[in-house]
Amino acid sequence: MDNITVLIVDDSSVMRKIVERSLRQAGIELAQVFEAGNGLEALAVLSERKVSLVLCDINMPAMDGLEFVKQLSAVENAKGVPVVMITTEGSEGHVVQALSAGARGYIRKPFTADQVKEHILPVLTGKL
Amino acid sequence: MNSPRMDMDKDAGNRREYWAALLELSAQEVFALMLSDQLEISREPFPATGLDVTSMVGLAGSLCGLLTLRCGTQTATLMAKKMLGVDGAAASSQMEDAVGEVCNMVAGNFKNKISGIGDGCKLSVPTVITGSNYSLCTLADDYTVDIYVHFHNDPVIISLQLNV
Repeated sequence: MDNITVLIVDDSSVMRKIVERSLRQAGIELAQVFEAGNGLEALAVLSERKVSLVLCDINMPAMDGLEFVKQLSAVENAKGVPVVMITTEGSEGHVVQALSAGARGYIRKPFTADQVKEHILPVLTGKL
Repeated sequence: MNSPRMDMDKDAGNRREYWAALLELSAQEVFALMLSDQLEISREPFPATGLDVTSMVGLAGSLCGLLTLRCGTQTATLMAKKMLGVDGAAASSQMEDAVGEVCNMVAGNFKNKISGIGDGCKLSVPTVITGSNYSLCTLADDYTVDIYVHFHNDPVIISLQLNV
């Protein structure tokens, strides 16, 4: 899996770096990585950039991950772009909420690179 | 790492032990998976002297309270180093973010282990205080569970204060 352009949305810059490293450890070759600290910043990035994948936290200031996913369909550049949530909010209710809002996958923190691979590859290959 | 979920309906007398065990497990999993390292559980309490980095995550809803993680600056920097794979100034500049995220993951991991709680319980974004000249007062004081651990021989105290 190569030449993936990804947007990582998390209010923790440490976590954004960990997610990026986990993607690389999962064997996903990243052509470009964009970062955003909350949903509003992510929408701004996507209004100007096209990406292959969005990885998004839920609990963030300004605009949380669920609201971001709901608003994503209004962004022309983001149509059809898969979103996978990566969050500490691991309850079934949150998973259902995220998937109902349009997310294609859900990874609970803490996670391993193997779990990232297991959840991301099917999304990138269109199997999810 | 999977762990058995436990019911909330344990006797009140046993609840503290269960929650302490869950908190220990939650913290150990976070350190193992995200820092590739181990926490050593201490059965003997120790004073908070020198633990001048405090991270806090609030819980609201069906489980209401506050989780705090206290450690020293050197320990916080080591956490950043382990999480990011960087040294020196780069790790030092990220220590608050790293400790905040560790506390956030411990809180989330803990609540996800309690059946029936997750959906109705929200976490706040983390807050990190540096320095020790402060007094922390929370209204969630019905119940306190403290766990004492060592990370690379340095002390860390994780406390859960709850209204139940």
